[in-house]
Amino acid sequence: MNNRVKTLTETALLISGVNPKKCMKCGKCSGTCPSYDKMEYHPHQFVSMVEKGQIEKLMNSASIYYCLSCMACVERCPRGVEPGKLVEAVRLMKIRQQDANHKNGNDIARIADENVPQQLLMAAMRKYRK
Amino acid sequence: MQKIGVFVCWCGSNIAGTVDVEAVAEALKSVPGVVYSVSYQYMCSAAGQKLITDAINEYKLDGIVVASCSPRMHENTFRKTAEAAGLNPYMVEIANIREQCSWIHKDKEEGTKKAIVLAKAAVAKLKNDKPLKAGTSQVTKRALVIGGGIAGIQTALDVADAGYEVDIVEQRPTIGGRMAQLDKTFPTLDCSACILTPKMVEASQNEKINIISYAKVEKVSGFVGSFKATIRKKARFVDETKCTGCSLCMQKCPSKKGKDEFNMNMNNRPAIYIPFAQAIPNVAVIDPEQCIKLKTGKCGLCEKVCAAGAINYKMEDELIEREYGAIVVATGFKPIDPSPLNEYGYAENADVVTSLELERLMNAAGPTKGTLLRPSDGKHPHEIVFIQCVGSRCDENTERGKPYCSKICCMYTAKHAMLIRDKYPDTNVHVFYIDVRTPGKNFDEFYRRAVEQYGVDYIKGMVGKVAKEGDKLMVRGSDLINNQQVEIAADLVVLATAIEPDPSARSIGTMLTASMDTNDFFTEAHAKLRPVESPTAGIFLSGVAQGPKDVPETVAQASAAASKVIGLLAKDHLVTNPCVAESNELMCNGCSQCEKVCPYGAITYIEKEVRGPGVREVRRIAQVNPAVCQGCGACTVACPSGAMDLKGFSNKQIMAEVDQICL
Repeated sequence: MNNRVKTLTETALLISGVNPKKCMKCGKCSGTCPSYDKMEYHPHQFVSMVEKGQIEKLMNSASIYYCLSCMACVERCPRGVEPGKLVEAVRLMKIRQQDANHKNGNDIARIADENVPQQLLMAAMRKYRK
Repeated sequence: MQKIGVFVCWCGSNIAGTVDVEAVAEALKSVPGVVYSVSYQYMCSAAGQKLITDAINEYKLDGIVVASCSPRMHENTFRKTAEAAGLNPYMVEIANIREQCSWIHKDKEEGTKKAIVLAKAAVAKLKNDKPLKAGTSQVTKRALVIGGGIAGIQTALDVADAGYEVDIVEQRPTIGGRMAQLDKTFPTLDCSACILTPKMVEASQNEKINIISYAKVEKVSGFVGSFKATIRKKARFVDETKCTGCSLCMQKCPSKKGKDEFNMNMNNRPAIYIPFAQAIPNVAVIDPEQCIKLKTGKCGLCEKVCAAGAINYKMEDELIEREYGAIVVATGFKPIDPSPLNEYGYAENADVVTSLELERLMNAAGPTKGTLLRPSDGKHPHEIVFIQCVGSRCDENTERGKPYCSKICCMYTAKHAMLIRDKYPDTNVHVFYIDVRTPGKNFDEFYRRAVEQYGVDYIKGMVGKVAKEGDKLMVRGSDLINNQQVEIAADLVVLATAIEPDPSARSIGTMLTASMDTNDFFTEAHAKLRPVESPTAGIFLSGVAQGPKDVPETVAQASAAASKVIGLLAKDHLVTNPCVAESNELMCNGCSQCEKVCPYGAITYIEKEVRGPGVREVRRIAQVNPAVCQGCGACTVACPSGAMDLKGFSNKQIMAEVDQICL
């Protein structure tokens, strides 16, 4: 596990308070999930993928938005793993790094149109770079 | 001045690998009182023991320290060696330099230092040792078996076979237990009743076995070899000696609202009833909650029809007091109530049943006379879903069930699935499972047969929800292998419910001071080497009371428990442990603290004239029964006046050890 993956995994575990090692892979969460068919990664896969450090895949999947947060999986998990909290955590991580999509100062010169007013560029950077 | 010998064992490389044993032996030579110190490869070997014997004789030793493995391993060995050489066996001290030193350390220098300290502490203790003499106690040659299921029956039969009397105390009106409720047994599919009932008859006909049914053990006192038990035999309102089991009373009884416990409450029974056709004793019992005569004083029909004149509405509970040498706990199990796991809808839907209920639904003597019909509408189910691990293997911190694997569910579910597919080939059977666990002789072959020959559909995944829709039960679960969520419209859902100890186990455990785990299963004296004995001497464990197990394992364990009981009853006397507590009469202030903490009830308070320097008066003082005391030492810690002391582990001895290590 490289450092970035490690940090992401630790963050997901910290935010959710979930210990994926408790999972016995019974699949009850997925058996219970009302959004199952809409999700690319199903609740039981979420637990397994977090354990294996595949957080980025999850962050970039629409699955995190299909979870209804009904918490049926949390309620019924026999091992107290609480997969719903993991989905919630990954969704939160995605939101927290929204600004990562935005440009930093060094990229500007390469892409800036000379017709764009300097003032606008500065404003845009100030606005998104938090 | 005492003459002490020190013997340091290498235990091959077990100790010598991490401890410089020769350095230990050398260092101990300079300890005052030590006249001989030596190391040897295997002190427990015949040659090693001879080394000790020779040294005792040659140096006229007063006591020996063996620096070796745990006293649990070889303290007895070396005590016997010392005794054979003419030394008091309690003048032997063990310094544990294996489990508590070499095995847990890596650094040889540190390990050697610690071994020297431990050996010196043992010498310090030995200097305060006094020769002790073990007493003896009598053995009552009769065993008490609590629980009359297959475990209790097998133990009783084996003990009786060796010529000893056995009493079986069974809380229900008949013996037979859970096995009597089963339809078939895996993996051979024998009819359960056909193999159990001959054993029940054998037990009832054995003149050494006395079955006390519809009774419970109310009080137990005493100790290994001489327990005294009070047994409450509940009023049956039917004279056991007169009733012929003709069952005419059952047909005439106008009260028919009692729930048939034997059939898992799925049908009704009369207020006067015999639990099942092959019951032992085959004697009716009146349910006082249901009997019109007992409740209102009117009726009395059964009394009129009984040709034997066995009915007695005035019968009262009877208390039986008996003495026993050994007690066997065979209290068995019950399935958990799955209602709190509300996603399965057990409480709301009659067609969601437990596996034990299914056993009754498939049994010829059951509520449906052996035809598999849905409880709700009496129709044949054509789509059946089994759900495994219901309430088993759950996290301890959730309210979802038991943390352990109930062990028998995988096999009985395979059995049910196979039997249904065999008898009703037009019925589809699905099994939701997490893992299929089939360790046992011919077990995995059995499960594979269910899949390959009988076409049972095994789905790896758990069920999330069972919901009623019309007359169907919609079962939604995951199929992890196909990475799919599946939904099955089922007619019947069977929950493979976890098993838990019978609710009576906890109070019996407390009564016997037999230790239990957090799940109320009885704890064995050693998980591997003493699996049928409780740590409390004279208490033995048989069947599921100790942990989940199937019929063959239960029978094997029951016989093992019997062999331990026989080994105990065959002795005329027991050697008691002389390392027991002793109260100093002059120092005792009569506060009763020790009596309260004693887990064995060994301490009583008496009024006694105490004589000492300047003292001559009657005082209330503690007295220890050395036959009951197990030498746990709780009283010595609780005693505020320092009157209580433990022989062989006196406060003085322990302080000498501590001083040696710390000063």
